[in-house]
Amino acid sequence: METAFTPYVSLFGGVLIGIAAVLMMLMHGRIFGATGILAGAIFERGQEQVWRILVIVGMITAPAIYLLIAGRMPTIDVPITTPAIIIGGFLVGVGVTFGAGCTSGHGVCGIARFSPRSIVATITFMIAAIVTVYIIRHIIGAA
Amino acid sequence: MKNISYIIIGMIFGLGISISGMINPAKVLNFFDIAGFWDPSLMFVMGGALITTMIGYRIVFGRHHPIFATKFSIPTRNEIDTQLIGGAAVFGIGWGIAGFCPGASIPAIGSFKSEVLIFTVAMTAGILVARAFKNGVLSKAKA
Repeated sequence: METAFTPYVSLFGGVLIGIAAVLMMLMHGRIFGATGILAGAIFERGQEQVWRILVIVGMITAPAIYLLIAGRMPTIDVPITTPAIIIGGFLVGVGVTFGAGCTSGHGVCGIARFSPRSIVATITFMIAAIVTVYIIRHIIGAA
Repeated sequence: MKNISYIIIGMIFGLGISISGMINPAKVLNFFDIAGFWDPSLMFVMGGALITTMIGYRIVFGRHHPIFATKFSIPTRNEIDTQLIGGAAVFGIGWGIAGFCPGASIPAIGSFKSEVLIFTVAMTAGILVARAFKNGVLSKAKA
């Protein structure tokens, strides 16, 4: 399935992600890492749990706000089978737990403060994703 | 005010994810598919997010402390080990299979699409299993 190249809206969306990361540091002195926020919302207790749940609530309202502004929901096409969604989701959960972060924590906040751990993690997961898609689409020939 | 700021930060992040196209697995998978329907849009997402965060962090770190906290809580770990690289690689494989990373799947929940809910449950299961393994087997092995 082809998708349109959208440099301007993608750049704008990226700047918004950056603004959220900067506001989190400015107001609360914290990294915006989706992995830590999700895991902390499950495992932490007290205020450490509450603030993470509030961030998640804000995140989940985004498609509705997008609908109000754009007049339609954001496009979400999942071009894979249900078993593949389950396997992919499980691997993402295991990987971000051992790797201690994902695209937002390592890829944006970590690299922005020049953390060697985050630079290594980001290069690793980007290459792994590219190789995985290559194997699935061009060697196995699925999707 | 402090609690509302968490919700607003989550909203801005989620809007960025929605507008940029990160919320759409078809687009994310095409970004990784350099030998096929390559869609370079996500380079602009990462670029916009990174440049904004780098500049913003420089300004914010000039302050003595964040607005709502007494100090900055920055990750202090710096070891580049098997867990980091292995975890990042497994995350990348899962991301390459399903096209969702944690920061994109959480806002996508707000679309109420069944694929997103299935992914999120599988990802959370992965986090629970990996944490149980880390806290059980690995901490015993260390002790």
